[in-house]
Amino acid sequence: MSAVGEVFQLIPPRAPPVATEGVLPWLRRNLFSDLWNTLGTLLVLALLATYLPPLFEWAAWNAVARPDNAACRALEHTGACWGVVGEKYRLILFGRYPYAEQWRPLVATALMIALLAASCYRPFWKRWLIALWIVVLAVFFVLMFGGAFGLTFVETARWGGLPLTIMLSTLGLVTAFPLSVLVALGRRSRMPGIRTLCVLYVELIRGVPLISVLFMASFMFPLFMPAGMTIDVLLRVQVGISLFSAAYLAEVVRGGLQALPRGQVEAAQSLGLSYWQTTRKVVLPQALRLVVPAIMNTFIGTFKDTSLVTIVSLYDLTGALQLALGDSDWRKFFLEGQLFVAAIYFVCCFAMSRYSRWIERHLNTGTRRN
Amino acid sequence: MQTATPIIEFAHVNKWYGQFHVLRDIDLSVARGERIVICGPSGSGKSTLIRCINRLEEHQEGVLRVDGVELTDDLKAIEAIRRQVGMVFQQFNLFPHLTVLENLTLAPMWVGRIPKREADERAMQQLVRVKIAEQAAKYPLQLSGGQQQRVAIARALCLTPKIMLFDEPTSALDPEMIKEVLDVMIELANQGITMLCVTHEMGFARSVADRVIFMDQGQIVEQNTPAEFFGNPKSERTRDFLSKILAH
Amino acid sequence: MAAPSKHFRWSWRSASFRSLVYQIVAVLLVVAAGWYLVHNTLQNMRVRGIQSGFDFLLQPAGFAISESLFEFDSAETYARAFLIGLSNTLRVAIVGIVLATILGALVGIGRLSKNFLLRSLCGVYVETFRNVPLLLQLFIWYFVLTEFLPPIDEALQPLPHVFFSKNGLQYPIPFWAMGHVWLALGALVGCVGAWGWARFARRRFEATGRALPVFVPGLAFLVVGGVLGWLAGGAPSALDLPERTEITVVGGGAVTPEFLTVLIGLTLYTASYIAEIVRGGIQAVAFGQHEAAAALGLSRTQEVRLVLLPQALRVIIPPITSQYLNLTKNSSLAVAVGYPELVSISTTTLNQTGRAIEAISLVMLCYLTLSLLTAAIMNWYNRRSAIRER
Repeated sequence: MSAVGEVFQLIPPRAPPVATEGVLPWLRRNLFSDLWNTLGTLLVLALLATYLPPLFEWAAWNAVARPDNAACRALEHTGACWGVVGEKYRLILFGRYPYAEQWRPLVATALMIALLAASCYRPFWKRWLIALWIVVLAVFFVLMFGGAFGLTFVETARWGGLPLTIMLSTLGLVTAFPLSVLVALGRRSRMPGIRTLCVLYVELIRGVPLISVLFMASFMFPLFMPAGMTIDVLLRVQVGISLFSAAYLAEVVRGGLQALPRGQVEAAQSLGLSYWQTTRKVVLPQALRLVVPAIMNTFIGTFKDTSLVTIVSLYDLTGALQLALGDSDWRKFFLEGQLFVAAIYFVCCFAMSRYSRWIERHLNTGTRRN
Repeated sequence: MQTATPIIEFAHVNKWYGQFHVLRDIDLSVARGERIVICGPSGSGKSTLIRCINRLEEHQEGVLRVDGVELTDDLKAIEAIRRQVGMVFQQFNLFPHLTVLENLTLAPMWVGRIPKREADERAMQQLVRVKIAEQAAKYPLQLSGGQQQRVAIARALCLTPKIMLFDEPTSALDPEMIKEVLDVMIELANQGITMLCVTHEMGFARSVADRVIFMDQGQIVEQNTPAEFFGNPKSERTRDFLSKILAH
Repeated sequence: MAAPSKHFRWSWRSASFRSLVYQIVAVLLVVAAGWYLVHNTLQNMRVRGIQSGFDFLLQPAGFAISESLFEFDSAETYARAFLIGLSNTLRVAIVGIVLATILGALVGIGRLSKNFLLRSLCGVYVETFRNVPLLLQLFIWYFVLTEFLPPIDEALQPLPHVFFSKNGLQYPIPFWAMGHVWLALGALVGCVGAWGWARFARRRFEATGRALPVFVPGLAFLVVGGVLGWLAGGAPSALDLPERTEITVVGGGAVTPEFLTVLIGLTLYTASYIAEIVRGGIQAVAFGQHEAAAALGLSRTQEVRLVLLPQALRVIIPPITSQYLNLTKNSSLAVAVGYPELVSISTTTLNQTGRAIEAISLVMLCYLTLSLLTAAIMNWYNRRSAIRER
């Protein structure tokens, strides 16, 4: 437009000749941009057309939603029997808890879920949240155990279902977290004795499957205790889960500690802060923030791992399902029950992973320049 | 210095990023052996302009010819042009998993189909040219920023390109390393290669450029010889920009 | 002159004295706790009449194992039972690792595809299988394989002589003959030939700049070598084919529904994690690398092979090794569906002999060894391939 030495004229902006916004351009870009892309789209569409309609027919069109055993059997697997959920949901969700008292685990679980949801909300991160945790946990145990306030006592062997899953994972992680921080700090300590102990703990636990740890908790723990002293099975398993999660969390926290620039510690030391002050006020807040996604991943993993207590005969959500469908009348419709439980796990874990992404973005706004 | 056909020719070139009109009606002719410095505020489209030359960016309207070949979707044409055009990036973009020498011989061996021994010799010649021959066996991340950028220049030169594009080559460097890179670029300029350089280094522009182009909001606002450009800027916006750049 | 040695002061104000005290206290506490536990254990075992020691390993097992690669009956020793359990674990783990890697890599790459449908489909796969516990997935697959498949007298026949039913998968296997050893030897020679060709091609490329194809000729070497070996061994072609009879299917090789459950469950679960790792690895390579390669004129294939893959693999391999280890450890869940792997057999042993500590310790030892081995290999790989920095 301007040759050498000429004075310039402003050219106003125009719209592009080929549209880039809108449905059609999006389709062209994402589905039909070149030959391979188009073939891929057609292939996927063909697959979906073949497999989705029969699935839809099974799951919705032919399905029976009433808890009617005869109607379900008449289907002969051409349709899903969602009635099994209607029939067995209390057994699945609450395990062998006495039928009449099932409002107690319901309220207890609802309180725990509300507490967890409240803890996710940043404006609530104040000191009174800790008090709230203690109160809700106390109420939880009072409701589940009973024996006070006119509630009948229910032993831990009868606890089950969703409350058990939530309790095992929440308590497991709450107790594992401080331990993991200490072990991670110990692993980076300059004292060889402490460092060796922490390394041994972490490597031993991480090298074996959770099942072994749970077996140890159920079979070997009673042998470790002095004669006559029995520790509740649930407590033993809870300790096993906590110790297991703590080892994995310790590695995650250690990663965060390693990623922190050394200058931070040096600055704190030059200001005269002691080791514990530096750790509490400078190192941990930053290191933990760095590894939030990995911490959340471990949380999700622990939540899923609680399903393993089924193998040591504790009836968490997965175990209660096995129990519920031991009934020979409904055994054929196990799949629908399993899909129901899978959906519960999916919703919880998916929500946690979304939250993890949200919190990662949220926490990092302080470290990014806008 | 002026030869018959320009080696790069922009004719009514327009480019959009989505709805954003990033290059507006660019008309530009670059002669063989000409050395051009492009400057302007950030977001003015200067990097986009030179990246269109080796088709790292595609233009939607207009005709762009490089060394007689028109740049379209034709892959063969694009490959042929990329062999004639070398590019140096702001972030160096050296391959960290290869040694310096391997970085340089990669393209000649795999694109130019040159035997290894010859490629190694050529690479060493270029390393000597940029004065970094002793680092041939090191890995890029073991070198300083200035050294890495010089290796990047040598890597681009290994294919003996007719045109060299520089996209803010010194912007990511610490001040004390800018000079060593500029010295290499000045020497290159004096050897007759066609150069287009996007940079804020006005001293370099004054001493080396045949033409200085000022871009703003996707347009070429003003272009002139350095003497005229710095001494007698015609447009208000040029004057405004120069006052900010040359203030310190 | 050497630096003067530090004086060790016996005072609470000295950092070295304090650290010594802390360490002694910590170690003493741990040792005391350990002694307390051991003391209790020995006492409890005396009271309950539980014997200890590993001598039970040489006693006859007294139980049968439903599937194994080797012969086993109830008269064999516990030690042999453990070994079979270990072999079953490794069997499902190795096949699972191979399948999960292939599937995971494909899905991971699919997540980065330009095609929206493909991206979404892969995304749905990853999210579904990552958010449901593995144990539940195993239960679901076990139920599907044992409930929805026809009984063996009405087995499905997807391919000639391949039968799929409630009793598992039956497929043709060749009768073992010497000729097969010759085939393996021939394939080995073919491997060497392929490797030799690769070296020759590289030498040629460096000398003249012309690149010779490597993959196809290499494969040809392997196949030709195998075929020649097979011919030299007498060309054994007798196959043990499963045949349908009135009530069942006889013959051929078989895998049980338990094995299939564990394999399918582990593969799909681990592949979803591997997919995310592969995707992360590819995305970790800075975009500038692609631009530099393009500016140099490298074709897309060359760019992937020479620039993208070497850098992506360095980011991918360490976490993938962890996933392999996880898969092996997760195979312990097979105890819930009745596949006789290590944990399952040790549980049976534990129930029969009461030797809880020995059985559990053996299992933990096996897994620990595998973990440490994998960690060592990964450390070696990391050191060897680390991108050298200042």
